Amino acid sequence: MIPREFEYHAPKSVQDALGLLAQLGDEAKLLAGGHSLLPMMKMRFAQPGHLIDLGRIAELKGIREENGTIRVGAMTTENELIWSKLLQDKCPLLVEGARLISDPQVRYKGTIGGDISHGDPGNDHPALMLALGASFVLRSAAGERVVPADGFFVGTYDTLMKPDEIMTEIRIPVPAPGTGYCYAKLKRKVGDFATAAAAVTLRIRGGAVQDVAIALTNVGPTPLKARAAEDSLRGKPLSDASIVAAAGLAMNICDPAADQRGDAEYKTAMAGEMTQRALHTARERAGR
Amino acid sequence: MATKQAVSFKLNGKAVDVVVEPRELLIHTLRERLQHTGPHIGCETTHCGACTVDLDGMSVKSCTVLTVQCQDSEMLTIEGFEQGGALHALQESFHEQHGLQCGFCTPGMITRAYRLLKENPNPSEEEIRYWMAGNLCRCTGYQNIVKAVQHAAKKLAAAAA
Repeated sequence: MIPREFEYHAPKSVQDALGLLAQLGDEAKLLAGGHSLLPMMKMRFAQPGHLIDLGRIAELKGIREENGTIRVGAMTTENELIWSKLLQDKCPLLVEGARLISDPQVRYKGTIGGDISHGDPGNDHPALMLALGASFVLRSAAGERVVPADGFFVGTYDTLMKPDEIMTEIRIPVPAPGTGYCYAKLKRKVGDFATAAAAVTLRIRGGAVQDVAIALTNVGPTPLKARAAEDSLRGKPLSDASIVAAAGLAMNICDPAADQRGDAEYKTAMAGEMTQRALHTARERAGR
Repeated sequence: MATKQAVSFKLNGKAVDVVVEPRELLIHTLRERLQHTGPHIGCETTHCGACTVDLDGMSVKSCTVLTVQCQDSEMLTIEGFEQGGALHALQESFHEQHGLQCGFCTPGMITRAYRLLKENPNPSEEEIRYWMAGNLCRCTGYQNIVKAVQHAAKKLAAAAA
């Protein structure tokens, strides 16, 4: 399986990459870790005339904390997320999620920015980003804009990112100490996309839910924020019964496509189950 | 035809230069241009891990890397494990612990295990199974592969002591 012919460019700076993008226009695709794009090119589902490889741009790498915000360079790999002491200490949900992505070899190459900007509803970072209230930095020749994860995912392989933009950074507000969290993912085997998955962050104070975020993977054309389920839990004590009710509300918004992982009814049921499991685990992990 | 590019990298310690089309996959460069046929083509779809090579300290599936991405890199394939006629501890251990049957997955298994033991010299069985999950074997049921990696970890630790 060999891709169609293309020209290859390896710019050393975001500035140079933006220049190439402006010059080559629609013919060009950005190459991040290459573990979604290259398989698509080998199967000739994607046939770009030019590849702009972001792999040599040092400024797109790294994880740091600044004024209560975690800033992750878009070309940071999944294994770098997993091994990050900063994330293990302050944002363990991202570590838990990254550990469930594909397999070790893929995680050495696959990047957080590629996973998000690809717009595949089967990817895991989009739901994690919704649960963490993240935002994305998009740069073009005209300047930079910061867009929230909530609203970024428009449709399957479709996001708010414009063809002349590069995602440079992911910004995550440091979760408050004691925030409970969980990414519950059902998959058939290592390397598979989720049959269904749920990302949860949860804060409990004085015995009641102070805040909660629930986001779902691969049960619709985009990742889904389960707003009604969140609203049903806020301000009240979290009980087994309220978790079941919230999972039911999350299931109401599911619109999965049937495939070899199951039919729509099964996937919807699994989205409910993952929501319940993620809420239970987040409750155990949450400070009071 | 797309513009061919000269690519230079180190393969098992030796400098190599190739001229390739940008669309050429690393596995094809290794096997067809450089006659390094240890890395195997199993699935060609990033699943099986038979084509695993060590690239700048990362285990990668060479069916999903472009050769042009490897400029200035350092690469290790199974051909680079034996030193001065002596097998590497991982090769010995796969032999001694019966970590293979047909042997098709073995170059990828050993190359992956090499990086795992660099990162975690004393992995538990659970850690081995988690961090070796990108390599498929259809013969062994994995039991002896896990044992072989544990055995190699002990040998390497003893040699370092």
